[in-house]
Amino acid sequence: MELLLASGIGVLTTAGVWLLLRARTFPVMLGLTLLSYAVNLFIFSMGRLAIGAAPVIRDGVERYADPLPQALVLTAIVIAFGMTALLLALSVRMGYDSGTDHVDGRGGGKP
Amino acid sequence: MIQVLGHLPVVPVVLPLVSAAVILALGDRRRPGACRAVSIGSCVSLVLAALYLLGWSATGEPAVYSVADWPAPYGIVIVLDRLAALMLLLTALIAVAAAWFAAHGWDARGRHFHALLQLQLMGLNGAFLTGDLFNLFVFFELLLIASYGMMLHGGGERRQRATLHYIVCNLVASALFLVSVSLLYGVTGTLNMADLALQVAAAPAEDAALIRSAGLVLLVVFAVKAAVLPLGFWLRDGYANASPPVACLFAMMTKVGIYSIVRACTLMFGEDAGVGTDLVGEWLVPLGIATLVMASIAALASRNLAELVACMVVTSVGSMLIGAGVFSAEGLSAALFYMVHSTFAVGLLFLLAGEIAHERGALGSDLLPGPMLKPWHLAPLFFFAAVAAAGLPPVSGFIAKVGILQGATGGSWVAGSWVAVLASSLLLVIALARAGSMLFWRPVEGGAAVPAGAGADVGATMMPRASTGPVWFLAAVLLLLTVGARPVQSFMDATATQLLQPAGYVDTVIRPERMGPPDILSPGADRLRTQAVPVRDARPVAGTGGT
Repeated sequence: MELLLASGIGVLTTAGVWLLLRARTFPVMLGLTLLSYAVNLFIFSMGRLAIGAAPVIRDGVERYADPLPQALVLTAIVIAFGMTALLLALSVRMGYDSGTDHVDGRGGGKP
Repeated sequence: MIQVLGHLPVVPVVLPLVSAAVILALGDRRRPGACRAVSIGSCVSLVLAALYLLGWSATGEPAVYSVADWPAPYGIVIVLDRLAALMLLLTALIAVAAAWFAAHGWDARGRHFHALLQLQLMGLNGAFLTGDLFNLFVFFELLLIASYGMMLHGGGERRQRATLHYIVCNLVASALFLVSVSLLYGVTGTLNMADLALQVAAAPAEDAALIRSAGLVLLVVFAVKAAVLPLGFWLRDGYANASPPVACLFAMMTKVGIYSIVRACTLMFGEDAGVGTDLVGEWLVPLGIATLVMASIAALASRNLAELVACMVVTSVGSMLIGAGVFSAEGLSAALFYMVHSTFAVGLLFLLAGEIAHERGALGSDLLPGPMLKPWHLAPLFFFAAVAAAGLPPVSGFIAKVGILQGATGGSWVAGSWVAVLASSLLLVIALARAGSMLFWRPVEGGAAVPAGAGADVGATMMPRASTGPVWFLAAVLLLLTVGARPVQSFMDATATQLLQPAGYVDTVIRPERMGPPDILSPGADRLRTQAVPVRDARPVAGTGGT
């Protein structure tokens, strides 16, 4: 399970960085999204991996899953979602205004 | 009354939030006047609150406000120490100038200017006050989301492109921030900054690599916000293309990065931090030198006034790093003084650049001969602001730069620091003198002003009126800073001393015996003081189960 999670985070990060370095707005946005998935998984793994453990303290329970990283992940997901929406709106608007989806506006020219 | 004052540390966060909601409810199309009044009123109230909090913090130990009354390591705390109070006052003052300037018509060029401004203030104030690392991330995101909207204010293709770069850079930085925060949590099991300081100091040697790399990733994130050399190329285009009141407020934004670097390096990775000791070592000063030199050269190469001023934001970051990077009381105090000074000076220059661009019409603030500038106050104020920003005597910038030079003498990069600071002052003087003589002394015969808004601000519906109030206000603050340099400097000295002794901060947060305003300001505060919270016996077990 550790191997699966670690390699999953690694693959997502690699793909995210690769897409981020494409100089077109849509791949950049996809890259950021993949990067945020990788980061969310990473936060999740920082609470240690536990299967079938209770997150709330009760009498007679010895093993706990840490609930805090899950709360952190939730916050991070909400923020990343909002950012993606904003970036999408801005990219679409930029595409309409400049006639190109290049991040530096190259190769444009109004239709 | 005392009950109310006890809640004052949280006011700088709550008040802008409420104001933003009120402004949104009023609607800036239907009742622009009311929105402006609420926004400026909120900023002025923030100044008053910050002044009170500054007096409170000056009495000594940090004040701790537990949100929802959860004790320190579990709940989120708001910590008011000297540095936080200073940053609050600085933010509030620059916000007054920005909101006031915007109320002259700039805010009508897009929607929701004042609501975004208030939300950004909430993010800034929260970032300065919070004592929790993840909460710091949330406030960072808050102020960034608001700043994306503000940077886009007014629209236009160049502005959109600069904002896209700014957003992408900051989203990557946010991802790194999360990695670093969760790594620190995974190793130490806490997110409270005071508790982190204790846990990092007590961490076993085998955790050293993880803690140090997490700390360094954290500093990279803060360096992106502060626009330190290899990570700061997003700044110039973004700031130069933002509308003037937005740029004026953004003069505060890089200071959040500097604040966070100083806070992290003194509190969590200070001298007694065990495996985290001396995390950045002597890296900050050479980084500051490189930033300063690069930005000064860029300032010399600027083609318009707004770009030049944006480069000066980066030079101020470099100077502050040179002062703060030594981590001596003298250097830190000089860097803080310079931070206050440069925020006002650069904010004033941004507002003036906006007014000059408005007067010159389609030419904007491009450094080309143009029509004669009519308002008489522009030339003397520009001269004053330029002298202040370049650090020439007799204005406060000179005092601040002398302090930084003296502070750098205690470090190991003395020669480099001195040469960089002095050479950059010279380059800035040349750049500013060239810009000033081009703008004011090279009028073109009969060069009638093309209507403003034909250039960058396509689709502007309303011409901003000339706005002399805010620029005079900022100039007066700078003058006050010069005249009252001694008391300000002694406050900075006390702040630096407090920062270099993080034990006081940690003790106050982890055992909050002191609550409520100090006795001097309101007798009878004892009633509000809570009982000492019993020290917890065991740390919550961070996921004992394996796979």
